[in-house]
Order: sequence, then structure tokens, then C-alpha cells
Amino acid sequence: MRVAVCIKQVPDTETKIKLKPDASGIDPAGIKWVMNPYDEFAVEEGIKLRESGKATQVVVFSVGPKARVVETLRTALAMGADEGVVVDAADDLDPSLTAKALAKAIQAEGEFGLVLTGKLAIDDNLASVGQMLAESLQFPHATVVSKLEVGEALIAEREVEGGSKEILSLQKPALIGANKGLNTPRYASLPGIMKAKKKTLKEHNLAGLGLDVSQLKMKHVAFALPADKPPVKMLDGDPANQAKSLANFLRNEAKVL
Amino acid sequence: MSKVLVLTEFAPGSNQAKKGALELFTATRQAGLHTQALVLGTGAQGVAQSLAGWGVQEAFVSDHADFDRYNPELFAEVVASAIRDSGAEVVLATSSMLARDLFPRVAARLDTAAVSDCTELKFNSAAPQVRRPLYAGKCSAEVSFLGSGPKMILMRANQLPVGEPTSGGAVQIKTIPSPSNQGLRSIIKDVVKGASGKLDLTEANIIVAGGRGLKEASNFQLLHDLADTCGATVGASRAVVDAGWVPHGMQVGQTGKTVAPSLYIAVGISGAIQHLAGMSGSKVIVAINKDANAPIFQKATYGIVGDLFDVVPALTSEFKSLLSQ
Repeated sequence: MRVAVCIKQVPDTETKIKLKPDASGIDPAGIKWVMNPYDEFAVEEGIKLRESGKATQVVVFSVGPKARVVETLRTALAMGADEGVVVDAADDLDPSLTAKALAKAIQAEGEFGLVLTGKLAIDDNLASVGQMLAESLQFPHATVVSKLEVGEALIAEREVEGGSKEILSLQKPALIGANKGLNTPRYASLPGIMKAKKKTLKEHNLAGLGLDVSQLKMKHVAFALPADKPPVKMLDGDPANQAKSLANFLRNEAKVL
Repeated sequence: MSKVLVLTEFAPGSNQAKKGALELFTATRQAGLHTQALVLGTGAQGVAQSLAGWGVQEAFVSDHADFDRYNPELFAEVVASAIRDSGAEVVLATSSMLARDLFPRVAARLDTAAVSDCTELKFNSAAPQVRRPLYAGKCSAEVSFLGSGPKMILMRANQLPVGEPTSGGAVQIKTIPSPSNQGLRSIIKDVVKGASGKLDLTEANIIVAGGRGLKEASNFQLLHDLADTCGATVGASRAVVDAGWVPHGMQVGQTGKTVAPSLYIAVGISGAIQHLAGMSGSKVIVAINKDANAPIFQKATYGIVGDLFDVVPALTSEFKSLLSQ
């Protein structure tokens, strides 16, 4: 069985977000780009499956500006993935077009028994590409998966509301969206980084896949930073007094209790 | 008139729609839209009939146990065809775990867009105008819908007011044919119920969250005691999730859950940027920390500098007496 892993490059969580002067998007200057944290679990799971003999090959896919995104693909290759495929495209494709591009790029690489993604990307938080890709490929899917067993079928444990868990059985081929807890992603080793330089990295662009931006279904516009909060009201006194005045403010001033 | 379809979730065994759905109906009723509901699962018929007072004209209903558990394939099939049959130009749901998983798959089938986690919804005559946080709330943006398909919008709970039901009116029920389980490639083998019957963090109206200041896992009991007085859900910072004190499902922040309750009480949380991003949309924020310079105070509405082991129990007894009145 071959495994496809889809990854996205996102700003590091420590990034301070600044906007472009015309509010059409974020200012990319000074941003440190990293692999989406949930995608690290997907890459690790793919590599573990190959190491345990359940998968034969792990191919990583990413859609985005090629010059930048290949760095994240190289990171996945350095962790141990076998090959990389980049679809060169603008930074702000919507999930619909991203999923279509991934589906075509995956299909161009042949048959896969399992497609892994992160459960969501921490930049736009739309949590959509995995399910849309599963639909494009006509695979069953499960997202927010924190435990996966691969046998004849896939047994996936997913977290749902209020700490409950669902256990699903899926026929292969299927798509799984990884959650934290699925595994502990490894760091790329120095020999891994050296080897990654020699691994195959294929390249597509949207036009070559028969797609173009006229197929976008949505776009984020009119970006805004959060409004400044009024200064904090500090409550003094001993704990009993602090508690009393807080309860009073919450009920009578803020009216949330 | 412009048609709206609302996926209406309800707690099993209750015959009332969840509060999030009532928020949506309040908005569509105010905008004067032709509102349809989609209600699935055992008890759906009763829930659908209860919606007359919320301005719902028609309901697509399958009162069928197959929908008591969420199977993505089955739901996608039924929801996509209900959207087609309804002729809805706008499809709404609360941004619940179920709808967040389901809507993108349905949107792909209908070749349209689904946008999750919206925090503002307005109707300009019939056109929906939505805004949603990005980078876990470090900024926000409006959504421009580009295709011609139905606009699928997932609203975060607790962002819109709930009105009052009116009396009279009737909902015209359209029964959806029983789904076929044939050819399903995924099945739910089991559901393991979580320990708490509390609302999920993403739906909670009040959250009490703890961080490293609690010193050890067992001290989270202090937060549960406080939470119990006011029906709050307990959350946590990444540091204590990484330390293994509490499960990841409780993590608030950019790599956990993005939340926006009416009241967020941060206890012993210093306020790393990725945590602040995940909770700064909360209406009122209380910070309790022994370090007066902790970054959390910059986001807080009310701040208490003190020893949480004294302050939290005092607050618990204060809340208890206040809320029992």
C-alpha cells in the first residue's frame, strides 16, 4: 500500500500578524514559515506505517508558492518521506481549489491506499481540504483521528464533542485527518536532511492540472486586526474581597453571570 | 423570496433544537427569509414541529435512528440532496464538530464553498455577510463568495442573540426517504462517551481554564468545582496538555480549540501568544495569576493578582451563594 500525505505551510504560531496597507491580506514580511503542526502527525503516521511494513512508499504533496513550499516538503522528506510533489500556486487558494489540485496531483502519481492530512491548518482554520479531497477522490474519510490501526480495514478513533470518542471502520482507500495524540512526530535528523536533498521532488502547476483561479468559490477580504481592549480593571484586597468584587462586576457590570 | 436551509442539531432525547440553531433562526427570522430546517435522527419530527415559533416554514425530516450517530458518507448523501431539493441559496449550521466535518464534504459534492467558524453574520437584504477569525483570532476577514452554488456558512455558537418564539404557525414537514446503508464504505463501530456531560469548549458559554500555575494535574479539581457552580466547561493551556495533565480535547489556543464564550476565566495561565489567540474573542476575560506582569492581563477585562489556591476557592463560594439566590 502506498500512502499520500498532504501538508500545508503556515506561519509559525509565534508570528505576530500584520496586515497589508490595503487590508487585502496579511503582510508576509518577517514571517517564519513552518509545517502546519497537525500535518506533522500525518507525515509521522505515514513514515511509521512504512517502517512497520504496512506501507511501501510515502509521497508528500503540497499546494502553494513553490519557492517557499518546497522547504516544508524537504522537511517532510528529511523526516523520512520518500518523494515530494509540489503544485505551484498562489498562497490564498480556497479549500475547494486546493482539494481539486491535490486530487489531480495524487491521481497522477498512481494508486494510494491511504491519504493522510492534518485535521485542520492553523492559519485559516477552515478544516475543509481533507473532506473535500476525500469527496474528489471518492474515498470515505474520518477527521480528528487520534488513533489509527491499519489492517484489512482502517480502524480510526476520532474525538468528538465533550471528550467522547467514535470508533470507525473504513474500507481502503480512505482519507484520515490527523489530530494531536496520533503519534509523536520525529525531528529531521542530520543524515535525514542530507538524504532529503537527493530525493525526488516533482512539480506541477494549476494550468497543467487543468485548473485555474476562476474556479475559486471563496476568498477572504477586508482583513482587520482585533479592536483594542479597554485596559484591565484590577481587583485589589484579600482573596475573599477580590472574589466578592469580581462576582459583583460579572453580574452587574459585565452581565455575564 | 430567498431561501435558507438550517441544519438543526438537537441533543438526543430532547425535543428542542440546540441553542446554536435558535440563534440562527433568530437571525433568519429577523431578516425575513424563507426559512427551512433540516432535522435528522430519532425525535426529529418533534423537534421540527417545535420550530414553528421560530419562523420556520418547512422542515426536511428523517426521524430515523441511522442518524443518531454521525456517519460522514450517509450524512453527506442525505444533506446534499436536501439542499438540492430545498432550493436554498444559503445553508446555515452551528460550527459544531459534526457540521465542521460534514459541510466541506457536502460543499465539494455541490461544487460550492463552506466556511466554518464564522463569528459575525448579517443579511444585506438576502445576501449573507460573514466575518471569521484567522490565525486563531490574530486577525479577521470577511468572506466573499465567488461561485454560483449555495453559500454554506457555519456560525460559531454564542455569537448571535436568541429571540423569543412566537405562538401559532405550523411547520410543513417533508419526510426524507429512509437512507440506504448499502455501499457504505465506513461504519461506526462504537461510541465511547466522555466522562463529562458538559458542553464542548467550542459551544460553552462560560469557560474556566487552567495552566501551569496549578502546579499539578490533581489541582484541576479546583477548576471543576468553580465550573460546576456556573455550568462552565473546563479548558487548559498547551503547557499542561503537553505535560499530560489533561487531554488535548481540553486545549484552548491556536493548536487547540479557538473559543469565544461570554465569560473566560484564565487561572494560572501566563498567556503565550498562541493561547491568547485562541481565546481573545471571548466577551469578558478574567485573569487570575500571581505574576502581575503576565501577558494575560493585557487581554483581560478583570484581573486578580494573587495566589490561585486562595482566590479560586473564594470565588467558588462567592459564585455558589450568588447563583443560588
